[in-house]
Amino acid sequence: MNESTETEMVLPATSNQTVRVHARASEHFLPEEPRGVLQCEKVDVYYGNFRAVTGVDLKFGLNEITALIGPSGCGKSTLLRSLNRMNDLVDGARVEGKILFQGEDMYGKKVDPIEVRRRIGMVFQKPNPFPKSIYDNIAYGPRVTGMRVDSMDDLVEEALTKAALWGEVKDKLKQSAYGLSGGQQQRLCIARTIAVKPDVILMDEPCSALDPIATVKIEDLMHDLREEYTIVIVTHNMQQAARVADRTAFFTALADEGTGDRTGVLVEFGKTKQIFEQPADQRTEDYISGRFG
Amino acid sequence: MRTIGTTISASIRPERPIASGTNGERRPLALLFLVLLWLSLVVAFGVLVTLIVTIVIDGQNQFTWRLFTEFPASSPDRAGARPAILGSMWVIATTAVLTIPLGVAAAVHLEEFADKKNWFNRAVELNVQNLAAVPSIVYGLLALAFLSALGVRDKNIVIAGALALSLLILPVIIIATREALRSVPMEIRQGSLALGATQWQTVWRQTLPSAVPGIATGAILALSRALGEAAPLLVLGALVFVSFDPDGIFSGYTTLPIQIFNWTGRPQEGFHELAAAASVLLLVLLVLMNGVAIFIRNKFQKRW
Amino acid sequence: MTAVASTGGSVDRPNRPAPLSTTSGSAFAGRPRYGEMAIKLFLRVAAAVTIATTVGILIALAIPSIGFFAEVPVLEFLFGTRWAPRFADASFGVLPLITATAWTTALALVVAVPLGLGAAIFLAEYASPRLRKVLKPVLEILAGVPTVVYGYFALQFVQSTVFKEWLGLPTGAFSVLAAGLVMGVMIIPTIASISEDSMSAVPQALRQGSAALGANRMQTTLRVVFPAALSGIVAAIVLGISRAVGETMIVAIAAGSQARLVANPLEQGQTMTGFIANAALGDSRVGSIEYDTLFAVGLLLFLITLLINFISIRFVRRFREAY
Repeated sequence: MNESTETEMVLPATSNQTVRVHARASEHFLPEEPRGVLQCEKVDVYYGNFRAVTGVDLKFGLNEITALIGPSGCGKSTLLRSLNRMNDLVDGARVEGKILFQGEDMYGKKVDPIEVRRRIGMVFQKPNPFPKSIYDNIAYGPRVTGMRVDSMDDLVEEALTKAALWGEVKDKLKQSAYGLSGGQQQRLCIARTIAVKPDVILMDEPCSALDPIATVKIEDLMHDLREEYTIVIVTHNMQQAARVADRTAFFTALADEGTGDRTGVLVEFGKTKQIFEQPADQRTEDYISGRFG
Repeated sequence: MRTIGTTISASIRPERPIASGTNGERRPLALLFLVLLWLSLVVAFGVLVTLIVTIVIDGQNQFTWRLFTEFPASSPDRAGARPAILGSMWVIATTAVLTIPLGVAAAVHLEEFADKKNWFNRAVELNVQNLAAVPSIVYGLLALAFLSALGVRDKNIVIAGALALSLLILPVIIIATREALRSVPMEIRQGSLALGATQWQTVWRQTLPSAVPGIATGAILALSRALGEAAPLLVLGALVFVSFDPDGIFSGYTTLPIQIFNWTGRPQEGFHELAAAASVLLLVLLVLMNGVAIFIRNKFQKRW
Repeated sequence: MTAVASTGGSVDRPNRPAPLSTTSGSAFAGRPRYGEMAIKLFLRVAAAVTIATTVGILIALAIPSIGFFAEVPVLEFLFGTRWAPRFADASFGVLPLITATAWTTALALVVAVPLGLGAAIFLAEYASPRLRKVLKPVLEILAGVPTVVYGYFALQFVQSTVFKEWLGLPTGAFSVLAAGLVMGVMIIPTIASISEDSMSAVPQALRQGSAALGANRMQTTLRVVFPAALSGIVAAIVLGISRAVGETMIVAIAAGSQARLVANPLEQGQTMTGFIANAALGDSRVGSIEYDTLFAVGLLLFLITLLINFISIRFVRRFREAY
């Protein structure tokens, strides 16, 4: 079982915020450099002529939780959606640079984007269960991706258990998913994603539509999931990043002088403890201490 | 956390490398699906095109001035659609006069003045929806019964046909007008009321004028539908041999669709050609009317 | 000292300051506006005309029908198989009309449902916004063609040229098949437009959730969007049925005028609407049995379409409650 002794970290003196970091993060062995299962090399993402984010070099470590933080408008979600080729569904979206998944260029000519999305799953900001039963929501992914399954019932149970939802719904699997609370729906969406056995789970501000209690449950869940999956989370709540993430990447937005368009850039990336306690870049420190953003 | 990860791990996933060379969107079933969808559109448009080509080819010999200037005759070489064209205009004009004020008034009541929870008003709303789905021929029966009850003998008069058509398109006008009124933002009404204007003044001076393009568009489209209708008029006995110009709302008449129906049913090939030519004419008129409606909408529709 | 100085009169306000209190005691009571009250009354009457129309339809159909059923027993009407109201030995069994209507409606649906849904799915899920802007109005053109013209097309091209000349089918001058198929094309926009609206209303979040799980567009469309939009799609189809049942000109021109129990779609037949249209061509004396027959069939037609519309509303409500 994971223990939770709490360590207090005091942020730079100019702020009066105190952030608690669950010691789970520090107990979990974190290599100096992430063993990259997913990697960005000099990535720029464009929507038409507008450059949403630029010059991203990131490695997402195996079985780690990496958080992308920063003020709004600096391309964090855009980058996230490029990591599973969801941006392909947007007209005019274009990725330059390389995004490697297990060493392969994800945007290569022979790559099947459908398969990419199965292997790299995504949980959205607002829970979006299908208007079907709880059971059918979970079973949907395996069915459409052609998974050969001995017992769908067992698979559904397992996915819900891993998403810490089984106990609450085991007697109402055939009922509509819309009957669940917001937090339960989000866990259902996580279970749904797990059911296709991805390698990576992307989460786009997964708790921003939820109440604090539901948020805690999901954050606890993330820690459990880390054992089996690699997780990348975008969050505008830096305390959340400090609570859950092993590593953190801080983004900010640069305004283009001519057009006024804001392009996101990666400022700093490292172990969460280091980012919050000893940020190398002044902008990082300003953001952490609440001077802006 | 107990680890029962066996089931998912044990299930045999299609463990493909992501660079498999295939594309999930291009799987054979998905491609077939897309082809079928395209086919639906192709067939639908294909039939439309075939229809237009058919009537143009069939009617080409008859597309002369005679079509416009002559009366129907027993021989196709001498027949024309003149009374039908004039009759259509008379009927549509009369219908417009009857139904537009009534429809706009009803819509204004429902949208601006009615207490939405009042049972009467909800009944009216439900009613309008139902009426829009009643077969057109039933309106003919309604007019027939109404006029019989009034003791009107000869129902083949312009005002009778206009009555039936007015009731037919009344729900359409009401619905279109309501849409147009709804698209005027609340702020306009509130600004007017806040200055001390009454509700009616607000409607008359602000809301309705702003909604006019939408109302005009809806009305023209409804009238174009009435132009193409024949069933209600048949019931009123419009299928007679008309050899005079209509000259008043109590005058006998025929309309283009009725004339087409008449000629189509004749055995001689020449009459079929006339029917085709008249159909082309009817379609041209409809395209013009719809074009005007769309023009009004695009040019005058306020974008709030 | 008057509290308010007037700034000159307008059409609606008198050219003197309004007293702040009136005999009615309220500081804000204005002049009673009789003109407006009259206008509002007129508006309410206009709205009531719609109710009067429905009531009128019911009365108009019912009264002659009562006269009709005084002569013809209801059971003979509903279940009799010979329809010959104008013959010397008249017979009033309406089943031939009903079967012909059923045939044309069913044939119309065979055409309209697959093509209409196919077009709807394409427009809602696959077409770019630009393509949709062009295609949707063109589809509406199908709905705008007058039914007489469709009737001409069904008779002259489909029946005469295609069926008899090109295909050499064993058929006569008219057929239920020609009328039904062409009617189906006419109904395509009805089904397509409402279904497309229904599918477009499904939230984008559901499509994204499905895509993120590794489903391709066909799977997302068929397994997520289509079921979510089902209530609207069913309503569209039911509305299409209603239109097919009530359509007159196409069948009057192309389906035939002999009332018989149709067993083979290549035969001709007379639908309920076809009968009313054809019968009204003759001169029927008010109060005669011929006159009453028109309305009896009209009543049947009206009740059937009312039932169909009622079912559609119930259907929609049931599906909407499911999720």
